[in-house]
Amino acid sequence: MDIFGIPHQAFLGQLLLGLVNGAFYAMLSLGLAVIFGLLGIVNFAHGALYMLGAFTAWILFDQFGLNYWYALVLAPLIVGAAGVVIERLFLKHLYKLDPLYGLLLTFGLALILEGVFRELYGVSGQNYNVPEQLSGATNLGFMVLPNYRAWVVLVSLVVCLGTWYLIERTRLGAYLRAGTENAQLVQTFGVNVPMMVMLTYGAGAGLAGLAGVLAAPIIQVSPLMGSNLIIVVFAVVVIGGMGSILGSVVTGLGLGLIEGMTRVFYPEASSIVVFVIMVLVLMVRPSGLFGKEN
Amino acid sequence: MMHTKTLTRITYLALLALLLLAPTLGLYPVFVMKLLCFALFACAFNLLLGFTGLLSFGHAAFFGSAAYVTGWFVKSQGWTPELAILAGGVAAGLIGLVVGLVAIRRQGIYFAMITLAIAQMIYFVCLQASFTGGEDGLQGVPRGNLFGLISLQSDTTLYYFVAAVFVLSFLAIGRVVNSPFGQVLKMIRENEPRAVSLGYQVDRYKLLAFVLSAALAGVAGSLKTIVMGFATLTDVHWSMSGEVILMTLLGGVGTFFGPVFGAGIVISLQNLLADKVGSWVTVIIGVIFVLCVLTFRKGVVGELQAFRERRRRAAL
Amino acid sequence: MKIKTLVAALAIGFAGLAGAQNTGPVKLGFITDMSSLYADIDGPAGAEMVRWAAQDFGGKVLNRPIEVLVADHQNKADVASSKAREWIDKDGLSMLIGGTSSGTAIAMSKVTTEKKRPFIAIGAGSARLTNEDCSPYSIHYAYDTVALAKVAGNALVKAGNKNWFFLTADYAFGYSLEGDATAVVKANGGTVVGSVRHPLNASDFSSFLLQAQSSKAQILALANAGGDFTNAMKAAKEFGITKTMKVAGLLVFINDVHSLGLANTEGLQLADSWYWNQDDASRKFAQRFFAKYKRMPSSLHAADYSAASNYLKAVQTAGTTDADKVMATLKSMQFNDFYTKGKIRADGRMIHDMYLFQVKSQKESTTPWDYYKTIAKVPGEQAFTTVAESKCSLLKK
Repeated sequence: MDIFGIPHQAFLGQLLLGLVNGAFYAMLSLGLAVIFGLLGIVNFAHGALYMLGAFTAWILFDQFGLNYWYALVLAPLIVGAAGVVIERLFLKHLYKLDPLYGLLLTFGLALILEGVFRELYGVSGQNYNVPEQLSGATNLGFMVLPNYRAWVVLVSLVVCLGTWYLIERTRLGAYLRAGTENAQLVQTFGVNVPMMVMLTYGAGAGLAGLAGVLAAPIIQVSPLMGSNLIIVVFAVVVIGGMGSILGSVVTGLGLGLIEGMTRVFYPEASSIVVFVIMVLVLMVRPSGLFGKEN
Repeated sequence: MMHTKTLTRITYLALLALLLLAPTLGLYPVFVMKLLCFALFACAFNLLLGFTGLLSFGHAAFFGSAAYVTGWFVKSQGWTPELAILAGGVAAGLIGLVVGLVAIRRQGIYFAMITLAIAQMIYFVCLQASFTGGEDGLQGVPRGNLFGLISLQSDTTLYYFVAAVFVLSFLAIGRVVNSPFGQVLKMIRENEPRAVSLGYQVDRYKLLAFVLSAALAGVAGSLKTIVMGFATLTDVHWSMSGEVILMTLLGGVGTFFGPVFGAGIVISLQNLLADKVGSWVTVIIGVIFVLCVLTFRKGVVGELQAFRERRRRAAL
Repeated sequence: MKIKTLVAALAIGFAGLAGAQNTGPVKLGFITDMSSLYADIDGPAGAEMVRWAAQDFGGKVLNRPIEVLVADHQNKADVASSKAREWIDKDGLSMLIGGTSSGTAIAMSKVTTEKKRPFIAIGAGSARLTNEDCSPYSIHYAYDTVALAKVAGNALVKAGNKNWFFLTADYAFGYSLEGDATAVVKANGGTVVGSVRHPLNASDFSSFLLQAQSSKAQILALANAGGDFTNAMKAAKEFGITKTMKVAGLLVFINDVHSLGLANTEGLQLADSWYWNQDDASRKFAQRFFAKYKRMPSSLHAADYSAASNYLKAVQTAGTTDADKVMATLKSMQFNDFYTKGKIRADGRMIHDMYLFQVKSQKESTTPWDYYKTIAKVPGEQAFTTVAESKCSLLKK
């Protein structure tokens, strides 16, 4: 049976692959959405933090012999800590200024991180292996899906749902949302807002780091891996609505699917389809699909 | 303590003299020409950011598209350089119109993101189109004869042409900023809602500023093609957009000379560091960005002006 | 007073420009990507190879000391071109060696042609340098995309792999790799069952590879390079493509294989101009390189050394650094060093043997960096663009 001119197995296969990628985009844009939605910072360093996560995983293995499972826990923590440092040293001075300064500062930080890693490790990239327990593939009938990819989807969905729940449904999340809307008022209630802000940035960074660890076995761990992805991730967040976590998750998944379809029918356009969508969405809904009008 | 106006006039004249005498002072003409092209690019960008308050993250699209258009007209159609540069500027202005129509309605970050998205699309078009030469670039663009008469082969002749175009464009920007139109732009930058309440059609003003900025950025790109003899993908890449932001920020957003200084510093740095090996170029540029944003927000010229202001107030 | 200073300044300027070329040090320039995408296959180590060549030559030629100028073009054609121009105008450069990135090589060749200096392109792959953009002052020394396509295409189709599927990077370079290879495949009686274009710097190849797999072709040809190549390879292994199809890389260097590891690349077919382990002289050079860099040289590093050495030899023979005479000498020389045993043709193309290599499996590899086994050796006349096919005016007399 043919769907749109290609055999239905191939079609389903592409759809599934699109979903896998979508889950990955969702996870990556999650950290960005958290940081922007709650702190108003356009974190251009997100790609570099993602790269940092992947490199941390590789270094943990190469230098310390700690395997993937350790990296899965340690790398996000390490990158999160780096995020906290960045927030304390640099970002906290910029909150009262035009948000564009935050964008420029994080852009500069991204350049620094990338340059340093390029200097230390070259650009060819390092190989990071899929962990034993997740290697191999499953024959689903219409296609063969590597087990590791299924794992990535699982982790992404769990993390995305977890984060959304934390922010929208728990007390902590409520404090966070309130704190970013009116810091002074919340502080009078005894909540330590600067601490929360710092930890939020750290958490966002940690999410980027986690995405990096998940990506490491799939693509080469290279200093350039972040800059290739960052603009697409930004587009996802903007389409979803910059304040909305649900928005970026849904958009990430949606984009994965749309890109997957584009790759089958018109592959040359698959890299710009996200930008076309972004322009179209912003013309119709200025704050993005799920965004809140300022 | 010299009167500000006199000091400014003296600075203008001194720089003009420097400009005119540069080839004789042993400065390498091609380097100075490259500098002037990027200085013009930064000034054009500053018109949008400094005087209208709009941050475009895709200005390379105008710079690069014009570079390609000019290169194509000279190489394939045999046009003379001044016509080709005009064509480049017009092309960039037209693209600016289209981008502007889409982007102007949004503010702040969204505006920046739309410009970035469209610039990316233009990048991919340039990557795949056959006339741009793709990754190899549009190479071997001859310098030609100005007005069909004066050969631009000699570095010195070309230098004076480039300097003339630069000075004219710079003066044009000055005229725009100091005109009533420019005053409205500044008002939009300071307090847009107020401008709206006063009855100004804010979107039209912003669009016009955007188109002007795009067209002038295009002239800069076109000029660069004539000087260097080629147009490549680097000219439309988003890192070029980032570079022009850095030049303007470093030099001083909203000042006249800031972008020129900023361009001077960044281009000189790139040239200097080209001889040193390694990725430290990127790191250094990153560090400059960070330092600029944290401590040096007004840029070189801006800080100098602020310093003079403080001295003057202290003296009162 | 001002006029005198002006005149003096101009006079000194002119003197500086005119004089430097014929006395004073012989300056060799080397401009390549030192810090980004291609820094590992050429980069700073390549610069050092040029310096070694100068040192090994004795540090002097025609009783003039040899100086090596090095710069990083950061993959920007305007930086490469301005540096080249500056070195020629201000520093009296005698010869320029160009590294990776075709765009920069073509830009530099325009400058050297205008200023009449020899230009040896090594790292760049575009065959345009000896076709549309050929010049009496340019030499394309190591490899080009036509050769890579012909070598891989020829050898593989002759070995029975008639059905090909192309995974191509969606830009000019990818198309030319695919185009050159397709022509060769068809000329040998093979068929291209399908092709798909992926965006440059795509991070995920799964969807394209799925399409490749369903085509049921025998060969999956990767018409891409660098990061795209390594990611595509990894994904191919992950999705089990390598079990049903042979993978051929159309532009692969040993550094790419090293960074992927043998597990990911075993069985990969690739074409190159040189391999460190192919004979004793090569091994000697490689060990010297390894001692300093703790990795084996790529074919570009070897070519950098060879080109610089042979240039110096040509200068010695010609008795001058004058570009026309040196180019004539270089085109008449029969080279014989560890890198090349070929000759340079009138269009500047170095015609030398190319090889088809296959990556060993982990079991077959006995020592570090022991990655390749030689499948075929293709003589230069068959590997490169023939005179009949060439678009260079220098060949049409």
